[in-house]
Amino acid sequence: MNFETTIGLEVHVELKTNSKIFSPSPVEFGDDPNANTNVIDWGYPGVLPTTNKGVVADGIIAALALHATVEQHTHFDRKNYFYPDNPKAYQITQADKPIGHDGWVEIDIDGVKKKIGIAEMHIEEDAGKNTHERDHSYVDLNRQGTPLIEIVSKPDIASPAEAYAYLEALRQRIQFTGISDVKMEEGSMRVDVNISVRPVGQDKFGTKTELKNLNSFNYVKRGLEYEEKRQQQVLMSGGSVRQETRRFDEKTGETILMRVKEGSDDYRYFPEPDLPALSISDDWIKQLDAAMPEMPTDRRHRYVTELGLTDYDAMVITQTKEMSDFFDAMVDLKADPKMAANYLQGDVNAYLNDNQVDLAKTKLTPANLAGMINLISDGTISTKMAKKVFKAVTNGEEPKAFVEKHGLVQLSDPAKLQPIIDDILDQNPQSIEDFNNGKKRAVGYLVGQIMKQTHGQANPQVVNKLLMAALNH
Amino acid sequence: MDYFKQDLASLHADLVAKKMSAKELTQATFENIKATDPKIDAFLHLNEDQALAQADALDQAGITDDQPLAGIPLALKDNLVTKDEPTTAASKILENFTPVYDATVVSKLAAAKMVPVGKTNLDEFAMGGSTENSAFKTTKNAWDQTKVPGGSSGGSAAAVAAGMVPVALGTDTGGSIRQPASFNGIVGMKPTYGRVSRWGLIAFGSSFDAIGPMTRSVKDNAMMLSAIAGHDDHDLTSSDKAVPNFAADLTAATSVKGMRIGLPKEFLADGINDDVKQAILAAADTYRKLGATVDEVSLPHNKYGVAAYYIIASSEASSNLQRFDGIRYGYRAKDVKNLEDVYVKSRSEGFGAEVKRRIMLGTFSLSAGFYDAYFLKAAKVRTVILNDFKAILKDHDFIMGPVAPTPAFNIGAEIADPLTMYMNDILTIPVNLAGLPGLSLPAGFSNGLPVGMQLIGRPFDESTLYKAGYAFEQNTEFHTKVPALGGQN
Repeated sequence: MNFETTIGLEVHVELKTNSKIFSPSPVEFGDDPNANTNVIDWGYPGVLPTTNKGVVADGIIAALALHATVEQHTHFDRKNYFYPDNPKAYQITQADKPIGHDGWVEIDIDGVKKKIGIAEMHIEEDAGKNTHERDHSYVDLNRQGTPLIEIVSKPDIASPAEAYAYLEALRQRIQFTGISDVKMEEGSMRVDVNISVRPVGQDKFGTKTELKNLNSFNYVKRGLEYEEKRQQQVLMSGGSVRQETRRFDEKTGETILMRVKEGSDDYRYFPEPDLPALSISDDWIKQLDAAMPEMPTDRRHRYVTELGLTDYDAMVITQTKEMSDFFDAMVDLKADPKMAANYLQGDVNAYLNDNQVDLAKTKLTPANLAGMINLISDGTISTKMAKKVFKAVTNGEEPKAFVEKHGLVQLSDPAKLQPIIDDILDQNPQSIEDFNNGKKRAVGYLVGQIMKQTHGQANPQVVNKLLMAALNH
Repeated sequence: MDYFKQDLASLHADLVAKKMSAKELTQATFENIKATDPKIDAFLHLNEDQALAQADALDQAGITDDQPLAGIPLALKDNLVTKDEPTTAASKILENFTPVYDATVVSKLAAAKMVPVGKTNLDEFAMGGSTENSAFKTTKNAWDQTKVPGGSSGGSAAAVAAGMVPVALGTDTGGSIRQPASFNGIVGMKPTYGRVSRWGLIAFGSSFDAIGPMTRSVKDNAMMLSAIAGHDDHDLTSSDKAVPNFAADLTAATSVKGMRIGLPKEFLADGINDDVKQAILAAADTYRKLGATVDEVSLPHNKYGVAAYYIIASSEASSNLQRFDGIRYGYRAKDVKNLEDVYVKSRSEGFGAEVKRRIMLGTFSLSAGFYDAYFLKAAKVRTVILNDFKAILKDHDFIMGPVAPTPAFNIGAEIADPLTMYMNDILTIPVNLAGLPGLSLPAGFSNGLPVGMQLIGRPFDESTLYKAGYAFEQNTEFHTKVPALGGQN
């Protein structure tokens, strides 16, 4: 039996705003429990929410970034449920008229492109956090009211690999807009996953299961792979898939039953009477659209067609807007694009990984890195010397000044090199003889001697050229 | 001292002229409350020390001409939150609750240097029309202590009518200012929805709730509304329309001459007490004599108002009251084994019967599978009723009619019969559904009990209602009558 798979993803993206969506409390993490709360966040008697206009703008930006239609006449709804981290016992969200609908992103798997539809995206508030100790539970409402955008995919995702690519595309586009950090490891991007399989040719979708505890894109993929196979096996052995929630076990790579779902929860949604309906003007949309940065797909296209980067290089450089902006700035400063791309992917990424920092938080600047690359390009320094210079550049030093200060300037002047080469040749008649007898290894030895004599500062290309000329004389 | 037959302007003049001090006025108020309230039970909480200290400070600073409300004692319905003073909404679930902030109306009146003396009784969470749903006490009608004072702002109404305070604030979701004003022979204004900030009003039906003044005269009422109205950044449903000095328009020259008044036939239909009908017909004649035209008009969908209201308001209430969950503040049940227990027991023990009834009604109306048939249908009815009003108000300056079908009824008479109780609101509810301003003022008596008249205006046109009310007051004697309670009266 052949199966097809349908995957649905609900992605929560935490917005980077100064204050909460419905209260003036600051959005700040790592503070003492309940430090960033006020009467609104507590769900105190008599309080009313007020809408943070910046969050609405972010919702519009997300809709534009994901090719969605902005809903110009929208409102908030209440989703009712009791839980201690939900102080009003309702969440203010958008159920009826989400701010964006019918969007898409393009994914690319081994050169095969596919559009994945986005059903809708809505803005809403996050809940607080409960923590439990042996005989006490604690509620921290610092996160309560943090603005979120929830993005719901259409049932277009047909494999775990597509799910991975969709998440990556979504992450990049949102990251480029700057409305969120979209980091799963920091909780600013969270993913709820459901998956069903059905025999090819069957009209009705199969029964879906939900997966929890997927804390990275890789786990999402692995969890889905396991679950896809499990469901297929259940069906092939004549069983039926139950509607249930399963937990991904990071150690075994398996999904484990958490609870069987019966029917659906009734959240008694109704329009939030405390907030007037939102009317989003054409002008506002136009204004936000005009300020949209170039999206990663467009940048990749430009890097490949105009700058001659490979698809792979272009992909790596556009992982984050910061990296991509950094690259663009270097190219603007006349750095060779390929070398710039190589340094960003190689030395720079290694430096960021070793030090666990974001590019923006380092002392690296496009001017200094481009300056260093230009020194390589014009032959002032060798790539070997550049290792030292790179280290200095990570400390914020200006490369040209550093090179001059430490006498790292490469010896490229033939007039200065020629006497040294002549000296070495005079001292090594055996090597000349070996060369004339066809032993090409002798060249390497002679170059080594010259480099030694110049303390490594000789330009190897120039040395090679002059040496060969002398030997072939 | 007989301060409480004076209106606000004359109290103010005496304070400015130092014929009495703010402290004397405040002291007299508390003496009065202590003498009278044992018979009435209007107050849930008094803050005598604080009020006297505040009055004293006002006297030290001196009360000037440009502070028309400075030093005037004030009572607040106990669903308006007051910083550091208990606020219960007359519910066991908030029995020991002391808020950390002031409602906007409270801050505004504090800025106007009024002196709050205490919190008044109400039906629990403002749900009811008799104050019998209070978890703590039943307030008595100022005119006859065997009768209800109406509700839910029964405490505020009775406190003003009995001469314990010159003014009080009430709240009105389906008639809760106007009906008790009518039952107690005072003036009550439910302003246009959005005219007064709801910040700090413990929510019942968020799309209906309105805060308004309850006073002895139309002019006092107008002064108070100007003081509490206006846009508030804390309440996005509050309007940024300019707030007139309503009282400035009320002079000897104020007239209804040339005005067109609509009198809906549905407001005088079967089920309305004869004395009430007669009072309204007589009032219509008064207006005609004063040069206005009174036309019979129709609100054809009025009969659906009560049903639509009880669905929408209860739905909103079911959600609004979920925050009383025993977790962060308020009553928490003892002997709980788990989280479910905290919720179920705290709420079962903390809420009274009427509140539970409405939570269940609202929860049902919002449930999957019933939402369209109940909540959504009711929302459509709401629009239809608003359109009925709009049609009349297009060519009428205001609408007149009774406030309630009957005068005050006996304590205990209807409390076991919620449907009859709900039908008492049939004349006030449509005004809340439409979000319009409604003014209740004395227009007659029935067997010694006051009968009120309701004037309904265009959105944000409280001004016309005050003018019409003032003109009526200037040509009638009803508002000058006070209940025979002994004490200061």
